[in-house]
Amino acid sequence: MAQAGECIAIIGPSGSGKTTLLNILATALKPSLGTVVVLGENPWKLSKSSLKRLRSKIGLVHQAPPIPLRQRVITAILAGRLGQWPLWKSILSLFYPVDITGPQSCLERLDLTDKLFDRCDCLSGGQLQRVGVARVMYQEPRLILADEPVSAMDPVLSDLTISVLIEEAKKRNATLVASLHAVDIALRWFPRIIGIRDGQIIFDLPSSEVSEPILRELYASELGGLPIQASSTAT
Amino acid sequence: MQTSVISRDPATPYRFMGLLLAIGILWPMLQLAQFEPKLLVDPKNIQVMGDFLVQFFPPNIQATFLSLVLKATVETLAMATAGIALAMVIAVPLGLIISYSLSISRIGPTSDHQFAQSIRFLARSFMLILRGIPEIVWALLLVRVFGLGAIAGVLAIAITYGGMLAKVYSEILESGNTLPARALILSGSNRITAFLYGLLPGSAQELASYTVYRWECSVRASVVMGFVGAGGLGQLMDQSMKMLNGGEVSTILVVFLGLVLLADYISLIIRKQLA
Repeated sequence: MAQAGECIAIIGPSGSGKTTLLNILATALKPSLGTVVVLGENPWKLSKSSLKRLRSKIGLVHQAPPIPLRQRVITAILAGRLGQWPLWKSILSLFYPVDITGPQSCLERLDLTDKLFDRCDCLSGGQLQRVGVARVMYQEPRLILADEPVSAMDPVLSDLTISVLIEEAKKRNATLVASLHAVDIALRWFPRIIGIRDGQIIFDLPSSEVSEPILRELYASELGGLPIQASSTAT
Repeated sequence: MQTSVISRDPATPYRFMGLLLAIGILWPMLQLAQFEPKLLVDPKNIQVMGDFLVQFFPPNIQATFLSLVLKATVETLAMATAGIALAMVIAVPLGLIISYSLSISRIGPTSDHQFAQSIRFLARSFMLILRGIPEIVWALLLVRVFGLGAIAGVLAIAITYGGMLAKVYSEILESGNTLPARALILSGSNRITAFLYGLLPGSAQELASYTVYRWECSVRASVVMGFVGAGGLGQLMDQSMKMLNGGEVSTILVVFLGLVLLADYISLIIRKQLA
């Protein structure tokens, strides 16, 4: 259960089911057991058009940005609203972008201002990942899902991107659910942490109550210490 | 703890079996096709082929004939281009319907997935009928309706090539990176916009180059159409062949080579533009 406007981080060892959980919330996967209710609706009981409408209110930031490399950044960001635009507007926008200031302001917040008219194959992995974030911001979904949204970014950019996502969720009273590999980012930014392993929820606690022993137990089978960022924002 | 060391590639036996199977199928086929390379180097046969080829020289370059060729070339290009344009009108919607990477119902899958799959199956069968029947048969059929002339040839090309283009379009759309389209569908996009924003940027080059290649094929196909009276270079060639005028035939063949070269060049330019 998540309330509107809540920001939740999902952590757990790799292969624990973080991505699967997000895919179920994104209506990309149908749960094999039980039912899922997203934004108050069971997606698999909806009609075609209602499911389409529900999906346009869900924004998923993918770990590998699903953006064609031969596309310009502005087109990739505008694509976030395809589910809300009528067909003629989507086609018109291929000839001349129907909105320039919107995508521009999304990029500004992510420190990518000068890239608006660049092609995506000129971007680095971390830049492309932020374009993926910008697309979801431009979509203005009511549920923001993020699957390892900062995996290709350095610590400073990771913090910037996570803070923008959280700010965006707060501003529009949207729910944010993010899976994160780095435990320290999760604890620093998210008020609520869910730990999962082998597809089971191990704990669901306010971040202030997540202690070192709890984390050690969650990552028990992984070699070495807890997964954290290479160097923290202290630098 | 025991670890087993694998020192051999487990895929080897399957690859070896695949190779044996390929040879096992191909060898009887070559036998059935009366494939005998010896015949090609038999001096008697070389003599016969040589005698035949000599008739083609020198090419006929008289001004009156060249002006006929020019007119026929324009006709042929018009037929081929109109044929491909109509073929695309058939192929683009069919390709988008058939392409599984643009399926909305497969995500889940939703309850209407069976229905969507049966629509896809129907479209596939329709496409099979279009391209399964050779264009010359379509042309012979259409000549009965429209009479002798270019229109039967144009429509025959449109029908057969529409089926071929639809098949290859849908395969190109399925073979590239299909995740962008899937992501767009997951944010509420429909099939057409998912194609335009998710698949087209990555596959435009391949789609264009295959379409130009089909245009090149339709230039050649229009020769066969000419034999059933559809005009253009084909009809001219038919007349020259019937009059055993080798010089004229070789002039026409040179024009064909030029057209194929032109197609190559157009394809190159388009690919560069889309790169």
